[in-house]
Amino acid sequence: MKRIIIGLFVFTLLFATGCQQDKPTFKLAWSHYTGWEPWAYAEDAGIIAKWADKFGINIEVVLVNDYIESINLYTAGEFDACTMTNMDGLTIPAVGGVDSTVLIIGDFSNGNDGIVVKNGGSVSDLKGREIKLVQLSVSHYLLARALEMNALTEKDVTLVNTSDADIGTLYLSDTSPTATIVTWNPILMQVRDAPDTTVVFDSSSIPGEIIDLAVVKTDAPESFKKALTGAWYEVMTHMQDGHPKYNEAIEFMAKTAGGTVDEFKAQLKTTAMFYEAAEAVDFNKSAKLKETMEYVRTFSFDHGLYAEAESKDYVGIEFPDGSVLGNQDNVKLRFDVTYMQMAADSKLE
Amino acid sequence: MRTILTETVHTFRKLFAIICGFLKKIWRIIKHTLRRLKSRVPRFWGIHARPGFRLNLILAILPFALLIIVYLSASGYRLAQNPDDKLLPSISKMVNAVNKYAFTPDDKTGTYIMLDDTLASLSRIGIGIILSAVTGLVIGLNIGIYRGFRSLSLTFVNFIAIIPPLAILPILFISFGTGELGKIMLIFIGTFPMITRDVYLTVKKIPEEMITKSLTLGASQLEIPWRIIFPQVLPKLIDSIRLSLGAAWVYLIASEAIASQNGLGYRIFLVRRYLAMDVIIPYVVWITLIGFLVDLSLIYLVRGAFRWYSRE
Repeated sequence: MKRIIIGLFVFTLLFATGCQQDKPTFKLAWSHYTGWEPWAYAEDAGIIAKWADKFGINIEVVLVNDYIESINLYTAGEFDACTMTNMDGLTIPAVGGVDSTVLIIGDFSNGNDGIVVKNGGSVSDLKGREIKLVQLSVSHYLLARALEMNALTEKDVTLVNTSDADIGTLYLSDTSPTATIVTWNPILMQVRDAPDTTVVFDSSSIPGEIIDLAVVKTDAPESFKKALTGAWYEVMTHMQDGHPKYNEAIEFMAKTAGGTVDEFKAQLKTTAMFYEAAEAVDFNKSAKLKETMEYVRTFSFDHGLYAEAESKDYVGIEFPDGSVLGNQDNVKLRFDVTYMQMAADSKLE
Repeated sequence: MRTILTETVHTFRKLFAIICGFLKKIWRIIKHTLRRLKSRVPRFWGIHARPGFRLNLILAILPFALLIIVYLSASGYRLAQNPDDKLLPSISKMVNAVNKYAFTPDDKTGTYIMLDDTLASLSRIGIGIILSAVTGLVIGLNIGIYRGFRSLSLTFVNFIAIIPPLAILPILFISFGTGELGKIMLIFIGTFPMITRDVYLTVKKIPEEMITKSLTLGASQLEIPWRIIFPQVLPKLIDSIRLSLGAAWVYLIASEAIASQNGLGYRIFLVRRYLAMDVIIPYVVWITLIGFLVDLSLIYLVRGAFRWYSRE
């Protein structure tokens, strides 16, 4: 018994001193999506480690296989940064009181999300149909925008909440002549060529509204923010045709995404990647972003995503020019170009 | 003189006996009280513990109270750091959510969301479990009674019982659709093999002599299962249903999470999209409460209808 206690004591002591010597560790959570596969590559190719070393920290890149769970874990405090869309960034961490900064705008969906219809040719054919989708997700937002642009409302359709893991198989095996789903890539790619199938609306009709981000806690240290941004834009150079690492990078990402190189390249075509930091900065500063966030927050509030809050102004969204949409005293989502600008000016060193 | 003397002695003896008896009684009372005070029968510790009624009640409530205290302190701690924290909401937030979901008609449909969800889920789990109880009973009886049928299907049922139903979920949904049928079938496939095996084992335990005796007394091939075996299996069947209900809830929630328009599992997975724990926690408590009440009523059903069984 005595020996065990002494052993434990020594172990704890060793462990404690071991921890003290370590550099501070920060954690980034990501989930599978075309625009986020670069994080896996950044980790595997040692780019993350390189940038983390540069700023004297440790960065763990963790794959959380369930998208919503990754955001929930980030919001609950398990991670310091996480990949998510602009809508989920607003409704989960920001409404949940976690002050979050949009560190990197990676891309926007430019056809990665779509409404897939059997035996139909236009959005107006959706009337009266039963539509399977992940409710309250960007798919739902896409559908709401499509209906709105075609003078329909959600009351004209029936929504069935369907898990994204099964939605593709369910559509392909559905015998109903009016089967309809709203989904995103890579599922979209798998179902769009099925017989009698048409994509009647996709996110290229609302460009720049479904934005994929890397979000970081606003109070995270500068070193972490700089290291992530630096690593990301280094990967972006690898992803451009002509770079010596291009094929290697694309092959790796296609593999982690669970598809072939051709499939991954096809997905990249419908993903408007901001390969250059300067492009992302421009997008971030545009007036269009404010308009988009206004649509998004109205949609979110109308669908009860603001929980108990009495108006959509409950949470403030800050833009690079300092203007705030919503409550100035409760700013929880910040579009910040500081670090992307540094990357554009090569000042991250 | 002599007689007076003997009489006096006699009276004294009598008096002495009475006093002795009185003292003995007092001593016994003191001893008894002492024993009670010392409490030779332990109240809580050890194998001989016999907690009294009041202690029983306190002991039963204690873990719940502890759980609530732990929750409140953890929630209080998180809310102090971030008043908008969604992970462990305050009681008042949960009350508000319950008020909105259970007692306020929905704007879109005009019905009460929680009631709708509960009815939808209960009908699914009810139909599913009744279906597997009936099937399990019929197949289990047949396997237990008829050797031929046993050879035909026992191995198969044992085999089926091992398949994890959630792993073949896509096949189920494709074969039976994502509507009500698909969900009921998942509950059915998940629970009927266990009920079947339970019924079969109960039948197997019925002494061979009982069957021989009834055959001697002139029972027919059909009277044996109906009059002798069936009544003995019935209470065991209800017990088996009780145990299967836990699994049935898991399958219900899983099927509602995958494709659904209403139901308790649907709501939980829908609001999970924005981490609305203020809705999820009351829903979970509600599910637990329903499950507990159903279990309790089945226990009382067995106690009332099959007194011979529960006495064992």
